[in-house]
Amino acid sequence: MSGTQKLRIGFMPLVDAATLIVAVDMGFARAEGLDVELVREASWSNIRDKLAIGRFDAAHLLTPMAIASTLGLGHIRVPFAAPVNLSTNGNAITLSPSLFEELLQAADGGLESPASSARALAKLVKQREARGLEPLTFGMTFPFSTHNYQLRYWMAEGGIDPDRDLRLVVLPPPFMVESLREGHVHGFCVGAPWNSVAVDAGLGVILHFGCEIFPRAAEKVLALRESTLTSDPLLATALVRAVVAAADFCDKPENRDAVASLLSREDRVAVDARLIAETLAGRLTIDARGKQRSASEYLVIGRDSCRPSAHQAAWLYAQMLRWGQTQFSADHLSAAQGVMRAELYDRAVGDTSRCPAPIGAFAGPTFESDDVAGYLRAFPIGEKS
Amino acid sequence: MKIVIVDESPHRATILEEGLREAGFEDVQRLGEMHNLLKRIYAIDPDVILIDLENPSRDVLEQMFQVSRAVRRPVAMFVDQSDAASIEASVNAGVSAYIVDGLKKERIKSILDLCVSRFNAFSRLEDELARAKSDLEDRKSIDRAKGILMKNKNLSEEQAYAALRSAAMREKKKIGEIARAIVTAAELLK
Repeated sequence: MSGTQKLRIGFMPLVDAATLIVAVDMGFARAEGLDVELVREASWSNIRDKLAIGRFDAAHLLTPMAIASTLGLGHIRVPFAAPVNLSTNGNAITLSPSLFEELLQAADGGLESPASSARALAKLVKQREARGLEPLTFGMTFPFSTHNYQLRYWMAEGGIDPDRDLRLVVLPPPFMVESLREGHVHGFCVGAPWNSVAVDAGLGVILHFGCEIFPRAAEKVLALRESTLTSDPLLATALVRAVVAAADFCDKPENRDAVASLLSREDRVAVDARLIAETLAGRLTIDARGKQRSASEYLVIGRDSCRPSAHQAAWLYAQMLRWGQTQFSADHLSAAQGVMRAELYDRAVGDTSRCPAPIGAFAGPTFESDDVAGYLRAFPIGEKS
Repeated sequence: MKIVIVDESPHRATILEEGLREAGFEDVQRLGEMHNLLKRIYAIDPDVILIDLENPSRDVLEQMFQVSRAVRRPVAMFVDQSDAASIEASVNAGVSAYIVDGLKKERIKSILDLCVSRFNAFSRLEDELARAKSDLEDRKSIDRAKGILMKNKNLSEEQAYAALRSAAMREKKKIGEIARAIVTAAELLK
């Protein structure tokens, strides 16, 4: 590549934009001949639309949203391609302290395991219904998001039908904590750092890390318009190399403080560097008493998470089917899988050893991409096709 | 037809509302407060919702595409591929429209065109205002810098201005920036 290529890339202020922010602010993009302007956005819908119409050349995007846009679900159809993942996992379920206490009273086996917390939640839901109380309301960030699927999967394992027994509402991440304070929601599932912000303010207790629901769920991708792959075939390669180099940098424990302070800047994530560093280390304070919980898989950046996986895309498509967001079509299944461009990743870095570990789940059937119908039939709650 | 404007900028919302009323849309309501947005929108039960793109609550509206108990009436927006140009114009102007199913396409188009032109008019006004403000500030700094040069270097007003202008050309900076640098330096050296 001769000279530098000017690019505009959109991102949402979340810790899992770290790879992208580090790639740009620490010179990894520049080393690949890319002169990137990062644009902080206010909503996922804006990012999708600006990428679709060409105001952005690439974007930090929810993996299910890249699939939904490619299939034309909920919006016009604009095919996107993901040559590299930006992150895996990173979400958590947070409850108001009063709901957490009620749940603790209702649980038989403590709240450590998602199976027992989901059963306790189902008990509370029934009690509230019997007493004629308003159903519980939970916030999540977007209909096509792992946050939505994590909440629903967890609840349904306890016997709750999330479309009938309680309310799920979309809330922008920066409004989650305020909504908990005002009592508009009783809990939420959101990415870092917003769970920690709620705990820090004494307004929330972290119940589960996302990785306790699904050990490995594709979270954010770097999305491009599919048409860019033909109009500018070298761009994806340069972007993948920059992102992978940045991801490896972010994943080194000795770099965490530098990454956290970079992300804390006003035009980036704009949250206290201490909370960001905790997130990167996977060691979170989970309640007002300062209790901590650690999981090295809490937010996976780098390691085995960069290479896009068609299996993950098929699994996300199955979650869309289960919750009635679309109806099965073999063409859609293969189009969804086609979003994840492992071959572009391989061509750029020439390392196929870093394939993601199995998705998994704390309960329920094993997912096989060639038997989506069998997977869906195995769940008592949810659509079957 | 019921129209709701979701915008935290009261000035812009007013400009848009006036435009809609002039075009004969009488039933226009404004929401400037974002908490419990969906609930309040359902209480109004509008046919069209207009929202500015700086608003994080745009994602809240996307939930209306979903079929679930929390959602009363499904919303369709430009599911037709031919509307890509409308989306482009509205995103560039900074506004987005959500249309409840069943409205005629021509009527939607006229509302959207109006939004785009009003939003563009608003940004032009803002730009002009910002420019006028910075022009005024530039003029103030230039006057002070001229005074400093005249006093310290015994220059005429015309010579002082010429000195500022040639420094700006040499440094490839705006004359206002050079003037501000002189004012700051003079204050430090006092």
